[in-house]
Amino acid sequence: MAYSDKLLDHYNNPKNVGTLDKSKNNVGTGLVGAPECGDVMRLQIEVDENGVIADAKFKTFGCGSAIASSSLATEWLKGKSIEDAIKIDNMVLVEELNLPPVKIHCSVLAEDAIKAAVNDYRKKNGLEEIQFEESVVH
Amino acid sequence: MLKLPIYLDHNATTPCDPRVVEAMIPYFTEAYGNAASRNHPFGWKAEEAVDYAREQVAKLINADPKEIIFTSGATEGDNLAIKGVFEMYATKGNHIITCNIEHKAVLDTCKHLEKEGAEVTYLEVSDKGLVTPEQVEAAIKPNTILIALMYGNNEIGTLMPIREIGAIARKHGVLLFTDGVQAVGKIPVDVKADNIDLMAFTAHKMYGPKGVGALYVRRKNPRVKVTAQMDGGGHERGMRSGTLNVPGIVGFGKACELAMNEMQQDAERLSKLRDKLEGALMQLEEAYINGDPAHRLPHVTNISFKYVEGEGLLMGFNKDIALSSGSACTSASLEPSYVLKALGLGDDLAHSSLRFGLGRYTTEEQIDYTIEAISKTVTKLREMSPLWEMYKEGIDLNTIEWAHH
Repeated sequence: MAYSDKLLDHYNNPKNVGTLDKSKNNVGTGLVGAPECGDVMRLQIEVDENGVIADAKFKTFGCGSAIASSSLATEWLKGKSIEDAIKIDNMVLVEELNLPPVKIHCSVLAEDAIKAAVNDYRKKNGLEEIQFEESVVH
Repeated sequence: MLKLPIYLDHNATTPCDPRVVEAMIPYFTEAYGNAASRNHPFGWKAEEAVDYAREQVAKLINADPKEIIFTSGATEGDNLAIKGVFEMYATKGNHIITCNIEHKAVLDTCKHLEKEGAEVTYLEVSDKGLVTPEQVEAAIKPNTILIALMYGNNEIGTLMPIREIGAIARKHGVLLFTDGVQAVGKIPVDVKADNIDLMAFTAHKMYGPKGVGALYVRRKNPRVKVTAQMDGGGHERGMRSGTLNVPGIVGFGKACELAMNEMQQDAERLSKLRDKLEGALMQLEEAYINGDPAHRLPHVTNISFKYVEGEGLLMGFNKDIALSSGSACTSASLEPSYVLKALGLGDDLAHSSLRFGLGRYTTEEQIDYTIEAISKTVTKLREMSPLWEMYKEGIDLNTIEWAHH
């Protein structure tokens, strides 16, 4: 299977690998997937006083597509408001990275990780968690 | 100068030895007769070549040339042996004993026969990937007609105790079929000493061409027969119709002759290289060998690198090193290798495995390069693995409630 140059670049030079201090109130953490499924993604956001994502970090256990999807997602998140962040559609990642059909679940996982991170932030800050519809493609 | 990419996937297939190709060439353009044409020199020449190859193939496994049935490969051999015995011995019984790490060509054939009235026992292997002769003996019933167990496993390289199992099969009057694909040509296999009644093997795993294989079918003590699975001209003693692939068979014969002469030195050299590779990679933290280091093929190892995912790992170097992984992130089911799972490996370790198959042209320089590339990639991917971070922080991953997908 041939992967796109963009995907390979995110795999070889991933952006925003790292860990934010999850004890801080303005940091939201999303941990999705499971080791048995071969994919675990942890995505973190740091939100400034204006509700804008100032920093985003990830760590991912998974295939190259999962790593690239999370790397691209963190780039995409920076500078977005937390309201805009949850509007992400996994298909944006699919198109950008040219993911093959068997790898679409990697982009769904990234979408789920973003939503989980935003909800974690909301919960920490006394905001109501948003109920998302169950993603269909896994 | 090291030439890239490096091929370390010899369990999947091997390159043709140039000496094999050289032997084959005249049979495409000059001696192109049909081996079944009895009335002219073209046919005679082809038949002569096939007879010679049959001797070369038989000699490698200590069989009589008349016991060799040429096939298109081991998948056909597996099918012909199991289905052929099931049909031929229907009046004797319908029970087949096999195990849960067989190749799909054996497992799916057994599943197919279950729909046709076969009763199949799938023995469970130990955590090292072996079945014991005692397990086999305990599974034998009055209606057992066939034991179908592989000689060497394609993913982990473990070697079943075929000789002991053969003795048990003989004692109980049950036939023994073995899938010898990975073992024949790599280690000495002797159908007489091992009491093997049927054995499938193939040329392309031993430096011969693809598309040609053989099924050994014992002729004496006992005389074994299989029902043909293809109807036609009655070639190969009526067990396998179809015009013989003369150039392929000639190449197969040559490959067997070379294996016979060079097997021992190849095995000694490759086991040293394998041990070097394995020793160096085991220096990495949380690396585990899958299979049984005491009973396995000399050129194979399978290692799990915990907390990194196998396919992600491969992407780090797969333009330079050809390997395969037990992870099946590309398959629709996302299920990791059933062989590794049968050893009792957790899905996490099964997803984290790499299979190495060294071969006749593998060099020490290639192994050094591989050690370096894999060590570097494992370290890099662990730095970006949340599981590795948790492990380092002393968090037990089993206590986490994962969102299952």
